[in-house]
Amino acid sequence: MLGKLTWSAIPFDQPIPLAAGAAVGVILLLILAWIVIAGHLPYLWREWITSVDHKRIGVMYTLLAMVMLLRGFSDAIMMRSQQALAFHSNGYLPPDHYDQIFSAHGTLMIFFVAMPFVIGLANFVVPLQLGVRDVAFPTLNSVGFWLTATGALLVNISLVVGEFARTGWLPYPPLSELTYSPGVGVDYYLWALEISGVGTLVAGINLVTTILKMHAPGMTYLRMPVFCWTVLASNLLIVAAFPILTATLAELLLDRYLGFHFFTNTAGGNVMMFMNLIWAWGHPEVYILVLPAFGIYSEVVPTFSGKPLFGYRSMVMATMAICLISFMVWLHHFFTMGAGPTVNAIFGISSMIIAVPTGVKIFNWLFTMYGGRLHFTTPMMWSIAFIITFAVGGMTGVLLAVPPADFLVHNSLFLVAHFHNVIISGVLFGVFAGYIYWFPKAFGFRLHEGWGKAAFWLWQVGYVLAWAPGYVLGLEGMTRRMQHYDVAEWHPWLLLMAGGTAIILAGIVCQIIQLFVSIRQREQLRDVTGDVWNGRSLEWATPSPPPVFNFPILPRVQGEDAYWSVKQRAIQEMQLSAEPEYTEIEMPRNSPTGFICAFFATIIGFAMIWHIWWLAGVGILGAYIAFVVFAWRDVPEYIIPASEVAAIWGANRQARKQALERMAVQS
Amino acid sequence: MSSTTVPHGDPYHLGLFAGDHSPTAEHGVHDLLSKRIVTGYGFWIFLLSDIVMFSAFFASFAVLRDATAGGPSGDQIFDITDTALETALLLLSSFTCGVAFIGAQLKRDTWYFGAMALTFLLGVGFLLLESREFAGLVSQGYGPTRSAFLSSFFTLVGCHGIHVTLGLLWLLTMMAQVWAKGYRPDIMRRLLCFSLFWHTLDIIWVALFTVVYLIGVAT
Repeated sequence: MLGKLTWSAIPFDQPIPLAAGAAVGVILLLILAWIVIAGHLPYLWREWITSVDHKRIGVMYTLLAMVMLLRGFSDAIMMRSQQALAFHSNGYLPPDHYDQIFSAHGTLMIFFVAMPFVIGLANFVVPLQLGVRDVAFPTLNSVGFWLTATGALLVNISLVVGEFARTGWLPYPPLSELTYSPGVGVDYYLWALEISGVGTLVAGINLVTTILKMHAPGMTYLRMPVFCWTVLASNLLIVAAFPILTATLAELLLDRYLGFHFFTNTAGGNVMMFMNLIWAWGHPEVYILVLPAFGIYSEVVPTFSGKPLFGYRSMVMATMAICLISFMVWLHHFFTMGAGPTVNAIFGISSMIIAVPTGVKIFNWLFTMYGGRLHFTTPMMWSIAFIITFAVGGMTGVLLAVPPADFLVHNSLFLVAHFHNVIISGVLFGVFAGYIYWFPKAFGFRLHEGWGKAAFWLWQVGYVLAWAPGYVLGLEGMTRRMQHYDVAEWHPWLLLMAGGTAIILAGIVCQIIQLFVSIRQREQLRDVTGDVWNGRSLEWATPSPPPVFNFPILPRVQGEDAYWSVKQRAIQEMQLSAEPEYTEIEMPRNSPTGFICAFFATIIGFAMIWHIWWLAGVGILGAYIAFVVFAWRDVPEYIIPASEVAAIWGANRQARKQALERMAVQS
Repeated sequence: MSSTTVPHGDPYHLGLFAGDHSPTAEHGVHDLLSKRIVTGYGFWIFLLSDIVMFSAFFASFAVLRDATAGGPSGDQIFDITDTALETALLLLSSFTCGVAFIGAQLKRDTWYFGAMALTFLLGVGFLLLESREFAGLVSQGYGPTRSAFLSSFFTLVGCHGIHVTLGLLWLLTMMAQVWAKGYRPDIMRRLLCFSLFWHTLDIIWVALFTVVYLIGVAT
């Protein structure tokens, strides 16, 4: 009846996951109880859970990412403290548990922190920057988000029901085959990623279609903000790479569930085929994450330098070059496979070539700042910190791209330090900058700068302390994923890394405080006009938060930095342009389809993990019925009357007019 | 306002939305594309991603083709007559699917429902032949667990078969939808997606027939 699921699946004998899981569960239940008792449930259901508004969905993606960041970071704390303690001892985490922690850490940070953060910001910003009212497929957008949430939920269920994979964040066979991993850990991993992978693919299709096919009049490709270009490149990579992940994990599932022989040691299975397939997805994945972050820096740096972006076209070229080359370097993840000097040399060279367009970008940002009037706001500080630290991470990457050098540090802490160096500064700093930069657009008030700066400095110090020693440890021969060790030279460095992690923790606490303080002081931090940073692109032409329809009339775009030129003209003429004739607007109706599909997807995933076949069948049937019900509805849209549009937009025009008058008085 | 924000020497807004609605002479100035174009375009992107997924299975098959582990190789087990028949059924079903789409555009119930039903039958015929091939192999002990070659063969061909099965489910749903709701624009968009999907299954099958069966028998 319940497949493999019995009471022994609950780890009563392991206090750490049980206590952590119980604490999270109790907190979740308390929050749910509060929502229900305080009567917020109808509001949440109506305005958020069933919302098909790209801005709401973007916010929910980002929220998911931030919550999962806390979970992933608590794994990091456990790993760093374990390694700090495990010199000549076993530390406090048994190997069995430690292995699950590093696997969950990588899985969560890549798939459920970096991905939803990047997709969430893109979802929120891209339609606003393009001057349109929504993404191409609003309901699918909701489906994509909720499927991603399903994946995150499954990974977190594994904390208390069963176990998670012990294979690392990529389940390399033959370790991940049934012979060597007979438990449900790898199955949790596989089903969580298969389901959330579908969600990511849906988001990718949606954003590619939006960027290529939906523009305000005059918003030609070479007038799109660079963020739109980088999101386009990133989502093209999603469309081209995520199906490979789906196929690869499906093959591993077939091996595990039905005794196929794709990656087994027996009957002709080919283990190295897994490495090739998974990295044919995995390397583009790196750029799926980092390209939108590059786009964020390309928005933040010009805004706070008071100048247009230097070398817009070279930035576009560099973005698309990276998009293409990122598919030609995957083998550098396993130079030690033994493909021979010719193959290794080709992949080594192509890996180094990718540093060229990346270097172009770095210089473009530097030249954008050069001669500009710089404002050191927190988004700008994260951006500058990125440029400095990413250059270091990039250079260690070029070093790793040299096959003979790679042989020496392969799978050592040097490698681990390298990818933390580039992913934290490249991706995480970028999404933090984007979070602070667009927060006022989303909620109508700024984040507190003081707490933001405190968080920034703690993060910087902690980050350098936590990862610079990794390079030293790698050169001293420490391999990754060690549960304990006996080498005295390593111990002080690992203590230093643990110290750095503690400082990062303080930074994260500051970020949480920043959010609470900002909400409390929101009246002082209010963004009245909608153009809080003196921005250049179209999202700043809308009120904060933007109305559901974004723009009452699609803007007419006449050049790069679409909003800037309009703004300058109004300042010269000291008046706003004539009020448009408002008309009624048709918007897509909300739909619970996404949530219901994700509900059934969770059931399917859980049932498959525990071999409860009948329940999986119920889930599939339910998902199909949900889609048919959605397809059967007759009124997919609702109308916002012109008077309501006029009221919303008129209020914002008033605020902008007053700002203009204030400026006239000053000058 | 805290002192750390950007000083706004210059402020905010300017009226972006002047009453001027006349399109300028600039290149690329147009209003939003129709939903039909956007939907079709998005679905093409999905189909491309689906083709990428198949290409991963094709690649696996190519890698594992000779990993027979003492079991049979392709030329020993493939029946080219049956698979040629499958090809004919599927190609024919693409034609009838096209007829159904034209029938829907002309709002001719007879043509639409007739051609859709025919497409369904052809698809079922294809699946029956494929199931017979699979069942025959398994009964001889040449199931997917026998060797890596057979694993990749069953996965590649089976994945296509699952797509056809889902396509048939979708086909029935579309028939029911038109029957219940008529040829509404949103239903016509879905029908466009369905027909693109069905034709793509043909494209994939042509590649599959060539790479798996024709080359498999030739070597």
